[in-house]
Amino acid sequence: MSTVRIPPTLRTSTGGAKQVEVAGATVREVVAGLVAAYPALGSQLLAGDGELNRFVNAFLNDTDVRHLQALDTPVAEADTLVLLPAMAGG
Amino acid sequence: MAIEILPTGADTSTPTRIVGLRCRGCGRSEPIGLSYVCPACFGPLEVEYDHEIVGRSLTRASIAARAPGIWRYFELLPVDAPPARGLPVGSTPLLAADRLGPVLGLDRLWIKDDTRNPSLSFKDRAVAVAAARAVEFGVEALACASTGNLAGATAAAAAALGLPAYVFIPADLEPAKVDHALAYGATVVPIEGTYDDVNRLCLEVADETGWGFVNINLRPFYAEGSKTLAFEIAESLGWRSPDVVVAPVASGAMFTRVVQGFRELADLGLIERRPIRFVGAQAAGCAPVATAWTAGTDVIDPVRAPDTIVRSLAIGNPADGRYVVALANESGGSIEAIEDETTASAIRDVARLEGIYPETAGGVTLAAAATARRRGVIRPGDEVVALVTGNGLKTPDARRLGMHDTAAGAGQPGLAPAIRPSLTAFERWLGDGA
Repeated sequence: MSTVRIPPTLRTSTGGAKQVEVAGATVREVVAGLVAAYPALGSQLLAGDGELNRFVNAFLNDTDVRHLQALDTPVAEADTLVLLPAMAGG
Repeated sequence: MAIEILPTGADTSTPTRIVGLRCRGCGRSEPIGLSYVCPACFGPLEVEYDHEIVGRSLTRASIAARAPGIWRYFELLPVDAPPARGLPVGSTPLLAADRLGPVLGLDRLWIKDDTRNPSLSFKDRAVAVAAARAVEFGVEALACASTGNLAGATAAAAAALGLPAYVFIPADLEPAKVDHALAYGATVVPIEGTYDDVNRLCLEVADETGWGFVNINLRPFYAEGSKTLAFEIAESLGWRSPDVVVAPVASGAMFTRVVQGFRELADLGLIERRPIRFVGAQAAGCAPVATAWTAGTDVIDPVRAPDTIVRSLAIGNPADGRYVVALANESGGSIEAIEDETTASAIRDVARLEGIYPETAGGVTLAAAATARRRGVIRPGDEVVALVTGNGLKTPDARRLGMHDTAAGAGQPGLAPAIRPSLTAFERWLGDGA
């Protein structure tokens, strides 16, 4: 099981949980498993085509998955996935 | 002229001037607070105003009667009232660049000289607004994720307000910018990695502390401060807009808010509504927005390892990039990518021809104006305003890039060796064609 960290904006959909354990061999499978466990997250995280909503950035072990293989990036047992709002500006 | 003194701390607005926060993605409304992400779709929240109410008290005459600074436009800023404490920000000059213009191929060039704000960059505008809200929200400290200029601006504002400041930066940031933040008493937190690594960490940290991160959980308010660049340009031009505005693009937040600022002035009837072309400027070594614009898409492919001397624009994953592409296209503008040596050359040209010393982002912006002219985006006779958003003393090594050492070779390029304090030595120096 990999760990998914949940940002505060999404915690109302996870019953307040800050991180949850989810099974899955790729980022896509982990996100799907997360949404299956907490269906309210679906409208927040996913676009109509099953891809991540354009405002969501996913980081696997602190690396943006767009620098890896996006949603097809393999996920190992001890990995941590973080979902954060797309927001930057220095 | 009578100066209207605004009663600080008093509620000079009606309760409904600021309607609330609204999601840019799905349009959902949220109440004003330390929130920045739409709970429904994860989109960015923005401040919404009632322009009918704003227009009752914000007129050319009322603005003219107020003291200089960004709060002369306070009805279009997301605070209940101008803050009682804070640094004097804004009302920077719009200078006719008659010597630089011809070098860049521009017939009518103005420079908005934002090197002159309290911490020497435009970031003081955004931070002033965020800090005013932070005080209203009662945060324990100010904080930020910074590419450099924001570090100084946040640290300076916190010092003026008597709040602690926590400034998160890439560990290899220019030393002058680090020292600047330290001088104001900030706690600087260097992070191993790029700005985007710093930003990701701060997104996680922001919600776990009681701190007000100016560009994260105070972002809806922070972003609004940059509108004052547009307000001041229009006022300096005698309440009208230029043909072209050229602005640097990092996250894209300032670019989008400058566009928004001109739109609001037109909505309120403070300026005539006429087309403005908006040109964005990026460094070629980190140009995700320019790359998307050139490719004809608004999908931003993030840059993992920015490689440029223009550290203040080195954001590989710019959140507002898609909006910048759209605004450049709608307006007939462009997004230009500038090589570092061209940037350094532009810094030298602005300094030696206009007496304004810009940091790297200013060099990128002026070089982008020249490129847009060659491309035909800027046309003969156009009135162009270029935003010079930071002071060259923050990036002291940048102007030397591509410069050749003097024959003497000692010290800095362009600096002759020291001479003895004697008339004979001076006359020899003068005779050598100094």
